[in-house]
Amino acid sequence: MNTSVQYLLKRLGIYTIAGWAAVTLNFFIPRMMPGDPVSVMFASFRGKLKPEAIEALKQTFGFTDEPLLNKYINYLSHLLKGDLGISTAYFPEKVSSIILSGLGWTLLLVGISLIISFVIGSLIGMIIAWKRDGKLDSILPPSFSFISSFPYFFTAMLLLYFLGFKLGWFPIRHAYNSDLIPGFNIEFIVSCLHHALLPASTLIFMGIGGWMLQMRNNMIGTISTDYISFAKSKGLSQKRIMIWYAAKNAILPIITSFGMAIGFILNGTILTEIIFSYPGQGYILFQAVQAQDFQLMQGIFLTITLSVLAANWLIDILVLILDPRTRK
Amino acid sequence: MNRTWYNRIWINNKARLGIIIVSIFIIIAAIGPIFFEDPNAYIDTPLLEPSFVHLFGTTGQGQDVFAQTIAGARSTLFIGFGTGILVVLLGLIVGSLSGYFGRRVDNVLSLIINIFLLMPGLPLMVIIAAWLPPGPFSIMGVLVFTGWAWNARVLRSQVLSLRERDFVNASVVSGESNIKVIIYQIWPQMLSLIMASFIGATVYAIGAQVGLEFLGLGDVDKVTWGNNLYWATNDLALLTGSWWTFVPTGLCIALVSFGLTLINYGIDEISNPRLLSERIVKSRLPNLFNRNGSTPVARKLFGK
Repeated sequence: MNTSVQYLLKRLGIYTIAGWAAVTLNFFIPRMMPGDPVSVMFASFRGKLKPEAIEALKQTFGFTDEPLLNKYINYLSHLLKGDLGISTAYFPEKVSSIILSGLGWTLLLVGISLIISFVIGSLIGMIIAWKRDGKLDSILPPSFSFISSFPYFFTAMLLLYFLGFKLGWFPIRHAYNSDLIPGFNIEFIVSCLHHALLPASTLIFMGIGGWMLQMRNNMIGTISTDYISFAKSKGLSQKRIMIWYAAKNAILPIITSFGMAIGFILNGTILTEIIFSYPGQGYILFQAVQAQDFQLMQGIFLTITLSVLAANWLIDILVLILDPRTRK
Repeated sequence: MNRTWYNRIWINNKARLGIIIVSIFIIIAAIGPIFFEDPNAYIDTPLLEPSFVHLFGTTGQGQDVFAQTIAGARSTLFIGFGTGILVVLLGLIVGSLSGYFGRRVDNVLSLIINIFLLMPGLPLMVIIAAWLPPGPFSIMGVLVFTGWAWNARVLRSQVLSLRERDFVNASVVSGESNIKVIIYQIWPQMLSLIMASFIGATVYAIGAQVGLEFLGLGDVDKVTWGNNLYWATNDLALLTGSWWTFVPTGLCIALVSFGLTLINYGIDEISNPRLLSERIVKSRLPNLFNRNGSTPVARKLFGK
């Protein structure tokens, strides 16, 4: 068990370095860019804030004439207090509170769609790999790889147009009916699910193919190993071998790759949220880009990066629990 | 079986279909824009449905959708393939150095690769692109910066395994310089992987570039596929029901990516025969085994 702890600490070290790299990039990117970033950054505050207040903000974010190192330390200390600055797009709200307001929606969307697409995708992958001669194996992989060639937001636009706009089956914007007051009651939850269904199905639909192909390829590798032949010669039922012998091992590498997939899925989620005006991180990011709100953009980048890192660490722990080979 | 590599790719059905699709789009990108003087010009009433006068209808600003779809191919494919090349070059250099020299070099480079892999791509691209002056080269720079790590990791592991082979050790012992060993001994052995990485990187570049431009981070006055979609949503295509303003462009993007993915499947099947479905094995080697089936495998494959 000791080596496991060591391994987890080592991973934590890597994630900490990655987190620090993100924070540092966030600090240096505006300063490395051509032109005068400070005036660009604070241009949108003009007319909203008094010059003294702008000056104070510049102090806070280290856009002063101090040495670079001082600015950097100042920036880090503000970050540690959770101070990400003030948004110009949603003036005068704080960046951190805007991000927090959207975090739940994004987690809901990503969580639901990730789990469903993973389960469905792996199941299909398992079955088509087991029946290699079947029709499904020659139809599903190419059709899903065609589907996943669409940009996420294009699929989202198609679904929104046909199911939301033309047929009117689903609401076309926002996360819940705006007549309702958010609260823990049936009506509100149903409204949330109704609104999440279309964006989530976009993500599920686009995600299934990847999981399916990975599972199929892993299964094909597993099926040709000796222990499967042995299980067959013992006369175990096909279903038992498929699920408890082959799939059980084939799924482990996929869980390991979950961490990498999260970053990719988030990209899709961001674009999907924009299409559905779903008030998560992606939609806020879009608002920030439109309004040239750099503080908000950078705050979102940091939040998403740190969430991805945390998710990766949880997956490391999960793999350690599930796969005995990783615990020596 | 003494076929050259392009011959082996060509006889693979998936790869051949992919090559045909991609070539058609490259030809469109190369000569298409010649036929349209200015795809941004106002030519007719906005939001006309597709008709014989305007094959794909008109946009919310009275531009011809067909002209814009054709003209957009050039910039999008140029950035896509350009980024693909740069991403693979950078990934190849970093991956080779890391895999070949090992030890401390590998530790440092692997750490950098992993950090880049962990950072979520799109938000990082957005915060860089938002600062840069909009334009194709800014987008290319951003895509290379955020996209090289995946290839570096894949190529590194291949270099790592080739590094231990006898022929590499032989050339090292014979006094060949490290750079020469990498370029002349190792790289030729991994051509199919480099090719596959290049295609994968191009698919990534096309998707990410369209995503960035869709967010309005490209040069919105240029006609590209991403900008077509940006303008379609900006002109409220969904609320006015004008599907023709975004469907053609979206389909083109999907077709190009699909074509490239097909080529990659082909390469994968050639270099990893286990993936080759039994159906193909059957058609490829009809007379190798006794039809009656001399072994259980042969019976299963060719029996009945």
